[in-house]
This record gives sequence, structure tokens and C-alpha cells, in this order.
Amino acid sequence: MQNTFEYFLDQLINGVTLGSIYGLIAIGYTLVYGIIGMINFAHGEIFMIGAFVSIITFLTLGIMGITWVPLALVIVLVMSMAVTSVYGWTLERVAYRPLRGSPRLAALITAIGMSIFLQNYVQLLQGARTKPIQPVITGGMELMSSKMPDGGTYVVSLSYLQAIILILTIVLMTVFTIIITRTPLGRAQRACEQDRKMAALLGVNVDRTISLTFVMGAALASVAGTIFLIRYGVIDFFVGFLVGVKAFTAAVLGGIGSLPGAMLGGLLIGIIEAFWSGYFTVEYKDVAAFGILVLVLIFRPTGLLGKPDIEKV
Amino acid sequence: MADITGSVPEARSLDIPSMLKEAGITALLVLALTIVMVGFRTIDVPGGISVNYRFEAVAVSVGIAFVGRLILILMRRGRSLPAMLVLGPLVLLQLLALLVPDTFGILQPYPDPVLNWLIVIVSVMLLARATWANWHTSQEFTREQLEKRQDESAAKAQKILGYLGPVLLIGALALPFFFSGDRQMIDIAILVTTYIMLGWGLNIVVGLAGLLDLGYVAFYAVGAYSYALLATHFGLSFWVCLPFAGAMAALAGVLLGFPVLRLRGDYLAIVTLGFGEMIRIILLNWYQFTGGPDGISGIPKPSFFGIPMERPEEGVLSFHSLLGIEYEPVHKLIFLYYLILALALLTNLFTVRIRKLPIGRAWEALREDEIACRSLGVNPRNTKLTAFGIGAMFAGFAGSFFATRQGFISPESFTFIESAVILAIVVLGGFGSQIGVVVAAIVMIGLPEIFRDLQEYRMLAFGGAMVLIMLWRPQGLLAHREPTIRLHPKGGAPEPGEVGTDAPDAGGTPETTAERP
Repeated sequence: MQNTFEYFLDQLINGVTLGSIYGLIAIGYTLVYGIIGMINFAHGEIFMIGAFVSIITFLTLGIMGITWVPLALVIVLVMSMAVTSVYGWTLERVAYRPLRGSPRLAALITAIGMSIFLQNYVQLLQGARTKPIQPVITGGMELMSSKMPDGGTYVVSLSYLQAIILILTIVLMTVFTIIITRTPLGRAQRACEQDRKMAALLGVNVDRTISLTFVMGAALASVAGTIFLIRYGVIDFFVGFLVGVKAFTAAVLGGIGSLPGAMLGGLLIGIIEAFWSGYFTVEYKDVAAFGILVLVLIFRPTGLLGKPDIEKV
Repeated sequence: MADITGSVPEARSLDIPSMLKEAGITALLVLALTIVMVGFRTIDVPGGISVNYRFEAVAVSVGIAFVGRLILILMRRGRSLPAMLVLGPLVLLQLLALLVPDTFGILQPYPDPVLNWLIVIVSVMLLARATWANWHTSQEFTREQLEKRQDESAAKAQKILGYLGPVLLIGALALPFFFSGDRQMIDIAILVTTYIMLGWGLNIVVGLAGLLDLGYVAFYAVGAYSYALLATHFGLSFWVCLPFAGAMAALAGVLLGFPVLRLRGDYLAIVTLGFGEMIRIILLNWYQFTGGPDGISGIPKPSFFGIPMERPEEGVLSFHSLLGIEYEPVHKLIFLYYLILALALLTNLFTVRIRKLPIGRAWEALREDEIACRSLGVNPRNTKLTAFGIGAMFAGFAGSFFATRQGFISPESFTFIESAVILAIVVLGGFGSQIGVVVAAIVMIGLPEIFRDLQEYRMLAFGGAMVLIMLWRPQGLLAHREPTIRLHPKGGAPEPGEVGTDAPDAGGTPETTAERP
């Protein structure tokens, strides 16, 4: 049996790293839901495209001979954010904007259609096989070690990769919180969230604001894609579905529409999943995530940090 | 939005620089979309993966985007003649290139002929549209007018298809006689009919009650596993298990639906999706009970109400000796076909009848306005729960049929994509339209089975069709929301002049108009 506290710490670190990925994607769901009230079901596919752009850029950089890790990482992140943002923008422009004002279900079905379309688009272009990649960042630092009862030592370590993921996530979340709370764009977004018609009357360019919201969400999802790729080392065209649903769960758990809620929800889902895998069975970790979604929706539909939503006639 | 300036399309000037700019922006956008995802392809090499390039496909896509956008702008500005002049020669050259291979290589831009044909088809459609617009004065409609026109044509189409219903039914009944030697054709017919049945079942939940269920396949799985487990462990026959499988699925529907049905539409959709995945994961991992990823094999075939459909043996009563016909293996398949046809028709009949009962009316009312329903004393939760349970029951029937037809089931068959396909059939057919489901199932399931070569594009086209149809007609293709019941036949309150003619006391007793299924 492992040493309890160290094992706990290990799982916590795993959970927080996983939670960063969910949190980054969940922001995209929560921003879009807040502003136009639809579940962007294809957001998971945007994340998947981000991961694919990252792997292609990594491989191309390798062929070009750029192997200095910090430079390669920066190029990959920029490339992935740029390309994926264009996908996010196009998605909104082509599939969602014409349906604004239509019944909610129509928009959701379009989003599901878009999700199936993008999955198969990537499958056709890049093949159905899983794509493995060599570890990009290796090594780590030892946090603590302790004697095991059987004489060995149990080492809790934070790999450099995990440290970079955490720092990256914190930086991005800070930047985006500042954008939402301090800039004219953020003000326009919050205005649209509260009352789109009134915002339009007061001179906010609603279409542009919504487009930029999708771009922001896609950029964050693409970073999550890059992180997922270098953390887990394999991707395939189907990876966006499950991660996307769990990130949506995170957004709901945190209170959909709330930015800090999305981060909190993401971390919680990541930690719960890591602990479930660590202490119970790894096979049922997805059931745990879905179970939480159901429980949250039944008992606290507004999530942890959400505002109550009254349905009016 | 209404065009308040009142300008007709012809009056707009042809501003070439701005047109080029717009087309250029589209081309740039396509470049950004395709440069990485299309331009590079990850390939497997020994010991890892690498990339190779296909920039020519990117260049072609960008070029097509530029020209296509230009033509669209021309058409939108009422300049269909120049659009025709550009398109006409292009279409001719493309057709020439496709029919006479090895010439005009540049006009067969993609290595895959399917994409080239797609380009030709789209060009021809645009050309037809431009030609039509050239000889007809185009009118601009507001969105409401457009929707009204679409609704009218959908109503017309539904009416025609309604007359077609009996023809289709006779065709379906007679199908095995036409293709009695063609096993493949009957197999496809069985598959399509299974999806029609699933579509009709889901139509109760989505079309009538307006609950978006993304986990419908879970109940299909429950039905399939119920039959498979009962048959393989206890040797119970199909006919004993069928009601039981339906009941199990309905029970699962009620149990899952009970806590979540008060959620709003899109939350409900995600939760049902979660349930669908949960049931699949449980089936995958509960090895002792379900066989895990290995599934269950050796599921027995159904008998003809207790009389086996096997090769006749001495002293054993069999179907063939009963009817005094030669034994042929294909008869078993034909029997399966009639079985699923009967089950599907049962589903249809049930739906058509229940729409006329109070519960069916309550479903439709709930779909239209939940708050109004609640204030009129309809219990939303119980009403939704019955729809959910009944829909699940039919999925359970279909599931046990699936198990007996395949003889083998595994969690592989019950993925989210399956739910999405069934939902797509309902949505594309038009929520609540029974005949629409048939048309959509034939188009979405039957056509890809017949055009096997296009298999790899099937799901792509599927997703694309879902998006395009929703954009074009958010209510679904053949949706035509005529209320099942209305106070005044022929719609709306009667005009004062009409009162004497066909409705002597129009304000009095409500009359009902039966709606076609």
C-alpha cells in the first residue's frame, strides 16, 4: 500500500494538470453560453483541431531542424492559436450566426452536426489512426520523498511539463480575466451577455463581439489542445468528444456563464477524475464525471458560482 | 431583416474592387483554414510519425473559394448574366474533364473523383439558379415570408407523401418478392426499417414531446442486452423476451428521466448524452455480466411464434413443413424483414393513435409552451416521463430485434454516433413528421449502403447535411406544424362573411381536424 499523503499529493498534481485542460476548454463553453445562450457542442472539436495543428507544427519544426524546446513551444502555441481561432470564427460565422433567434434546439442540432462534420473532416484529412508524439519536455523536480513500509522510497515529483502547464494556465487565465474585466472588448461582452438588444442600441457591435468571443474561446481551447498533446502524447480525431463533454460538465459545475466558475469547475472535474482513477477504478472515471454533471444539474442547476436564472413568459 | 431602402437587386451597382476584396478575404480565410490541416498530412513511418505535404490541394481550395465567392456575389447583386457566362464554360470544361479522363488535368483539381464530382454538381446547381434568376424577376422575401412559403410547400409535400404512404407500405410489404434472391437488398431493407422504427420511436420523444434526447441509443442497448442475456442464459424465446426487453428499456427511461426531465432543453440534451455514455461504459466494463468488449455472441434467431424457422428435420414441426414449401435459407431473412416491418408499423400506429388521446395532445402542447401548459393543469414531469418511457420502450423492442438479427452484440454498436444518426433522421425528416422519418431514413441509411464507394464521406456528408438543413429550415425538412386540434377548421378565426357558409355557429362547439400522420 502506498504512503497515503504522498499518493494523495501525486494524484492532486495529476488532477490539477488535467483540470487546467478542462478549465481552458470550459471557458470557451461558458463565454459562448453566457453571450448567446447556446451550447457550442463543436467546441470539443475546436480543441481537437488545436491539438492536430500542434502536432503538425511540432513535426514540421522537427523536420526544419528547430529543436530548441522553448522556441518550438512558443511557435507551436502561436500557430495553434492562430489557426484554431480562424476555425472558431468560421464556425460561428457559417453555422451559428444565420441561426441567431431560431429555436434553441435548432442551434444545438447545428452544433452537433458541425461536431460530426469536423470530426470526419479531420479523420479524412489526417487519417483515423492515433497519432503518437515523442515526449517534448522531460525531467522534473522532486517535491518530497518518504520511506515506504517495504523499504523503498516513494517520490512525489512535479515534472517540468506539469509546472509549465500550470504556469501557462495561470498566465492565460489572468490575461483573459483582465480582458473580460478591464478592456472595452470585455465590457462589450458583458453588455451583450446582459441584454443583447440594449447593447446593440447603445452602439455595441454585437456581431463583432460574438465573433471575438468565439475567437477567444477557440484560442484557449487550442492551448488546451497543445497541452493535451504534450502531456498525454497521443491524439486522434475523436479526442475532442469526451474531453469536450467533460469540459462542458466543468462549465456547468462552476456555473455556466461565469468565468471563475469555469476555472473552478475545470479544476474540480480534473481533481475528481484523478482521484477516482487513483483510488477506485480507472474504467469508471468517465461515469464519475457524468454522474457529477447529473447531480449538479439536479440539485444546483445554476452551478457553484452561477446566478439563478428565472424563466419568464 | 427587411430591406428598408426598398432597393431592387438590379439597381445595385457593380463595384468591382469591393467584389474582388470580398472574394479575396474569403480566399484568405480558406487559406488559413486549409494551410495546416489540408496542406500537411501526418503519416505513419517506422518508429513514429512524420508529415508530408500537399499544397496543391490548398491552392486549389483557395482558387475555388475565390471564384465561387465571386460568382455568389454576382448572383446576390442580381447580375446573373455575368455569373452564367463565367459558370457555363467552367461547367462544360469540368464535365469534359470528368468524362474524358487524362485531359484538362487542371480541371480535375482533387485527386479524389468524389470531390471533383461534388464541384461539378455544385457548379451545375449554381448555373441553374443563375439561369433561372436571369429570366425571372427575383423577389426578396423577408424571413417570415420565406418561412411561410417553405411551410406551405412542406405541407404540400407532406400531403403528397401522405397519399404515397399506402404505396410505400405496399411496396415495403412486396419488397421480398421482388428481391427474393438478393440477400444484400433484403439486408439493407432490414437495416433501413430498423432505423425507421428507431426514428419513429425517437419522434415520440423529440418530435411530439419536444425533449431533445441525445442518449436514445442507451435504451436500444438496454433492449438488446436484455434479450441477449435472457436468451443466452435462460434460453427464453424471442417472443417471451420482446415485451420484457421493451419493459426494461421503458423502466430505464423512466428511471433516468425522473430526475432530469425538469431541466431545460439543452441541459436535458447534455444529460441524456451523459446517460448514454454511462450505460455504454458500464456495458464495456461490467465484464462478468455483459461480456465487456467481447460482447455476447450466439444469440438465437426468433421462431415463427414457437415454430422454428430451421432446416426441416424428421418428426419436428417446422415452419416450412407447416406451409408445405421448400426450405431456403433466405426465408429466414425475409421473416426477419417482416418482423421488423411489423414492429415499425406498430410503432407508427401507436404514435398516430396516441396523438389523438389526451396524453398525446398534452405532449404537443408541452412542446409548444411549457409554462402555459403548467398553468392549465398539465403535470409537465409526468407527461414528459410517459413520452420518455414510451420512446424508450420502442427503442427496447428495436434493440432486441437488433440482437436477434445480428446474433452478436457488443458496446461498439451503441456509441453516441448512433444516437446522433437517429436524431438526424428525426430532425431532417422534420420534427413530428412520420413520413419524413421514412424519407430521411431511406436517404441517410439506404443511399450510403447502396453507394458503398462513398462510405468514407458518409459521416462527413451526414454532419454537413444536419447543418445545412438546419440553416435552411430550422424546423426540419418536412416539418409542418399544423396543430392536431384547432378551434376553427381552416385556420384562424372565421371572417364575418364566412360565418353563414360553412360554420353556422363558429363560436360554439370546437371542431377537430384530424392531421395526417
